Amino acid sequence: MPSNKSVSDAPITQFINCRILKDHKLQREDLWVREGRILNPEKLFFDEQGYADKHVDCKGSIIAPGFIDVQINGGYGIDFSLVSEDISGGVSVVAKKILEHGVTSFCPTLVTSPAAVYHKVLPQVKVHNGGQHGAGVLGFHLEGPFISAEKKGAHPEQYLRTFQSGGVQDLMEVYGSLDNVTMVTLAPELANSQSVVRELCQRGITVSLGHSVANLSQAEEAVQHGASFITHLFNAMLPFHHRDPGIVGLLTSDQVPAGRTVYYGMIADGIHTNPAALRIAHRAHPSGLVLVTDAITAMGLPPGRHTLGQQVIEIQGLHAHVAGTKTLSGSIATMDMCVRHFKQASGCSVEEALEAASLHPAQLLGISHNKGKLDYGCDADLVLLDDALNVKATFISGEEVWRKEP
Amino acid sequence: MKLIILNDYDQASEWAAKYIRNKILLFKPGPKKYFTLGLPTGSTPLGCYKKLIEYYKNGDVSFQYVKTFNMDEYVGLPRDHPESYHSFMWNNFFKHIDIKAENAHILDGNAADLQTECEAFEDKITAAGGIELFVGGIGPDGHIAFNEPGSSLVSRTRVKTLAKDTIIANARFFDGDLAKVPTMALTVGVGTVMDAKEVMILITGAHKAFALYKAIEEGVNHMWTVSAFQQHRQTVFVCDEDATLELRVKTVKYFKGMMHVHNKLVESIPPEPKKN
Repeated sequence: MPSNKSVSDAPITQFINCRILKDHKLQREDLWVREGRILNPEKLFFDEQGYADKHVDCKGSIIAPGFIDVQINGGYGIDFSLVSEDISGGVSVVAKKILEHGVTSFCPTLVTSPAAVYHKVLPQVKVHNGGQHGAGVLGFHLEGPFISAEKKGAHPEQYLRTFQSGGVQDLMEVYGSLDNVTMVTLAPELANSQSVVRELCQRGITVSLGHSVANLSQAEEAVQHGASFITHLFNAMLPFHHRDPGIVGLLTSDQVPAGRTVYYGMIADGIHTNPAALRIAHRAHPSGLVLVTDAITAMGLPPGRHTLGQQVIEIQGLHAHVAGTKTLSGSIATMDMCVRHFKQASGCSVEEALEAASLHPAQLLGISHNKGKLDYGCDADLVLLDDALNVKATFISGEEVWRKEP
Repeated sequence: MKLIILNDYDQASEWAAKYIRNKILLFKPGPKKYFTLGLPTGSTPLGCYKKLIEYYKNGDVSFQYVKTFNMDEYVGLPRDHPESYHSFMWNNFFKHIDIKAENAHILDGNAADLQTECEAFEDKITAAGGIELFVGGIGPDGHIAFNEPGSSLVSRTRVKTLAKDTIIANARFFDGDLAKVPTMALTVGVGTVMDAKEVMILITGAHKAFALYKAIEEGVNHMWTVSAFQQHRQTVFVCDEDATLELRVKTVKYFKGMMHVHNKLVESIPPEPKKN
């Protein structure tokens, strides 16, 4: 049947037999796509008298907006912070592999590195759309080096920096360019940080608070200057205290400007955050929860011993230890695992679990007019899931980019 | 006239849907022979549409060779407004079935020239060979489509100013705000519906009981426009028990006694044996 040539020659795909996540609910609706975007079929019918050219039978699957991972350090043997020779090749490998986890766009994340690495690496990876080649790159998430030495976690201390020259100048000295940067994690207690927060926000870069010993009022001040995210809540920050709840207190702060939401990253792998802590955060502030994998090199590798750089890592289940020790060497959970674990641990609805990996990160990055939703006009980045939230297929711009073997 | 009395709304909806299904099947529509169907909006026909969708999904009936003509549409309401009759038809019927867009006709309440739009609608009906079956509902004041009390019983498709009662009744769909309710509509005329080969009127609920009484037990009267169908050669009223509350016992008993005959009209039609 013909689509209407007067409006567009592009073929129209109709996904049938599906439940789509729209307006915070799973609804029995078909989903229509033209030119990579979700189409309003009612307009098509009445205005264009057009039809679908192709049907995709989803066999009862759930269709959710493609997952967005705003914090991923690598995977499949690749560490984005250690492959400065061919970062773009490394990003491509991971971009392709994470399609099977339903991730359609992501922010490659660099941990604290020397200035030379940023200067070399940042220009190599441009923001680009996803497709058959892999998930889209939304821009880098630079985690450090402007963070607290006390809460540095696994970041190398010798490269940590402060805003000693006034702020923005330090930032530009270290990073070189901000062209392909979408998010910066910094510690708001550092002197001069507030002007940096303002400058970054003005440039449309999301500021996240983390690796920090900030108290609540410092964190609130940063939010008032534009910060909108908390990097891996509970991890690498002061523990919650009832007289100074620290950064965690932002979840229920009354100092957040009206109309703004503070989002927070959650590593829901069942290891990095105790399920009870996850529930506390979720119940206090459900609409701000953003699932992140914070995945490292070993994500996606089979169980057993792997030599990664200078280290030997042993993978058992979801645990990745430095071989022969009890030291966790980072998260190896995939995004779809995190969605399933979050749902099971929090007892939230399917809709909430899926939105924490799609709508919320899109809102956080200010791209929810295009991504994270299945509204008309949005990018047709889709993940098809069964009722247990296992990924069955992934689509980018309406094109199938991965499908589970039958 | 036939009066079909079912126990409740669901049964009435199912009976009506089966009747429409059978009419389409017996007509044997094809690329050169379209079945023409007039359709209403509102809460009454919803159950009937649900059943028709079910029959379509079961493969019992197709709308590929059906042309539909809707009774009415508000003037000046954006087409994609959730209360527009375009939205109603799309969400409750068209998107679920295999009807082709070019065969689904709804008056355009945003047309630059409303009078021309109405005349064009009549022409489209004529060009399609007239309406085989016009399905309608009625308001508590006995209006069919937007032919409010006092409408000419030989009226054609035209612009109509809505009665105050109708505007108040519709306010619930517009946040209870009378200022938001459209005050005008385009509607087929009583005469337009009278021209159909067959007319089926759905009437359910106690609040419509007086209108049903006026429709069939009193004389033809332009203050109860649905009463005009007493002079139509083939009209079937489908109602539930509640809608019969104002009828005479004699009327109800007579038509209930006929149900075994009338029910034959909705029996399943065995599929035709394939010709070699």
